[in-house]
Amino acid sequence: MTSIINILVNGLILGGIYALTSVGLSMQYGVARIFNIAHGEFIMVGAFITWMLYTSFGINPLLCLVVAGPVLFILGFIVHRYLFKTLKDKTPVPTAFEGNSMLLAFGILFIIQSLGIYLWGTQIKGYSFMAYSIYLGGIRFSANRMLILFFAVFLCVLFYLFLTRTRPGKAIRAAAQDPEAASLMGVDINKMLALCFALGAMMAGFAGVLLSMAYQLQTNMGLPYTIIAIIVVVLGGLGSIPGSMLGGFILGIIGSIVNTIDPGLTLAAYYLLFMILLLVRPSGILGR
Amino acid sequence: MNWKTIKYNRYLYPALYILIIVLFIAIPYITAPYTIILLSSIFMYISLTLSWTLFSGPTGYTSLATAAFFGLGLYMAGILGDSVPLIVAVICGGLISFILAFIIGAITLRLRGIYFTIFTFGLVELIKHLMLWWEINIVGVRGRFVPRADNATVFYILLAILAALLLTTYFLKSSRYGMALSSIGSNEEAAIHIGINVVNLKIITFASSAFFIGLTGTIMATRWSYIDPYIAFDPFYSFLPPLMAIFGGLGNLFGPLLGAAVFSYLQETLITRFPYSYMLIFGLIMVITILYLPNGLIGLYQTIRQRFIGGKHADTSS
Repeated sequence: MTSIINILVNGLILGGIYALTSVGLSMQYGVARIFNIAHGEFIMVGAFITWMLYTSFGINPLLCLVVAGPVLFILGFIVHRYLFKTLKDKTPVPTAFEGNSMLLAFGILFIIQSLGIYLWGTQIKGYSFMAYSIYLGGIRFSANRMLILFFAVFLCVLFYLFLTRTRPGKAIRAAAQDPEAASLMGVDINKMLALCFALGAMMAGFAGVLLSMAYQLQTNMGLPYTIIAIIVVVLGGLGSIPGSMLGGFILGIIGSIVNTIDPGLTLAAYYLLFMILLLVRPSGILGR
Repeated sequence: MNWKTIKYNRYLYPALYILIIVLFIAIPYITAPYTIILLSSIFMYISLTLSWTLFSGPTGYTSLATAAFFGLGLYMAGILGDSVPLIVAVICGGLISFILAFIIGAITLRLRGIYFTIFTFGLVELIKHLMLWWEINIVGVRGRFVPRADNATVFYILLAILAALLLTTYFLKSSRYGMALSSIGSNEEAAIHIGINVVNLKIITFASSAFFIGLTGTIMATRWSYIDPYIAFDPFYSFLPPLMAIFGGLGNLFGPLLGAAVFSYLQETLITRFPYSYMLIFGLIMVITILYLPNGLIGLYQTIRQRFIGGKHADTSS
């Protein structure tokens, strides 16, 4: 019984991170039609900012959320404003834009990663923060991971509320549904798309901050997280934010179960699930 | 004047082709070993890019499965090793990729657009992780050694693969199958309605492109001499072919060829000259290519030429 709870809790913690990493990607694709392969690099930058601030200045990693979030937001805004917007103006055909934007994102991945190597080197980095255990009902949990889970859920819910309850959130959703009609209603589409990309980068930054509390960091850590985010996004339905959250938790629990059977097969199980899903229901669990 | 040009082309082009072939065959005898190795790498990228373009160019289905077929070819060389002649191993590598692509094509080519792309991307990772698991748990060792072949042999086999690929691309392009393929790219529904067997055509073309990728993989393994799943199924090899093709220009047969040649030469020299900033430069080239050279080098050439000749015409008409 305790082992089942353990698997479940581990799955939820993993799922929280997966959900947080995928929400941003899902929105970038769902609204801006950018399949951002460089998503994981934004996570990496967020994680390393936290590492730097914590090890050099002793700043609490939770405070880094306030630093890394805006930094990544601005970075995302600039990337969209100067690169993806230019591409969008040059490729009016939507399908061509999707393909080319993926390749452009791959180039951005290289640039950010190599700049990261200049700044932070290639060694594995890490720090310990709240690395003690807490006992709940006789089961041992590590404190920092519980904190990660809490903040991941909190940030996801906050993001969802932003999208559904606020005016800019509504404008973003309108832009996703019908860009032309939205622009006729007075929504500045280009601003919305940039905002949306920037918010996605910010969510990635948050995920990076949280990750760095309990996991090892390396400048090439981005791509694996991107790949998992892609799986989660497809699982939940491309462009569906609640779908990504749900998909994140489902994938986390599956990962945790497979991990107890054979750790070497976790990633293979993800891909298998992912490919079967693409064949059976490409629109995902909550997709339209 | 027209008549003159025709006559000129009729003698010049075949002579030019023969000269190029003779030159390439003579290369291992007349140049330094480094040139052969460099040329082999360039040929590898050209083959991968042309194979990718064979299917993805006309149909518009962006495949990211190149690394899967390439890696399968590499592994074929590792598994067969010295037990069969090299040429047999190479053909086996091509065939296994053909078979896998055939199966994958049969189940996935119903997927359109981004879903097909994501699926092929996932395929590479799935094979990589299954292979890793298999090597660690069943074989007990990660990676394997491949018996080396000498540089000249590798060069000639790559040259032969490239020649076969060029001929295939050329004949496909001028045949009715090539037309049918591009009709899929422009409008798949319309292609179905005018009676093209879209599914079969896509599967066969996809599998043929994988065949050439597999051939290339097997022969390259003998040059690298050590492979493991991370090397063999590196997603890098999936992203390079579309990039090189776009860099050269997708609309023309020579576009991808030129793109791959220039790009891979740049890459090889960048790695040796600037090992540390190589990735940064590479990323910048990628971004600039996609943003500012949408029709590739060929497009750039045509624009310049148009401007030059166009200017002349404007003068005479006025």
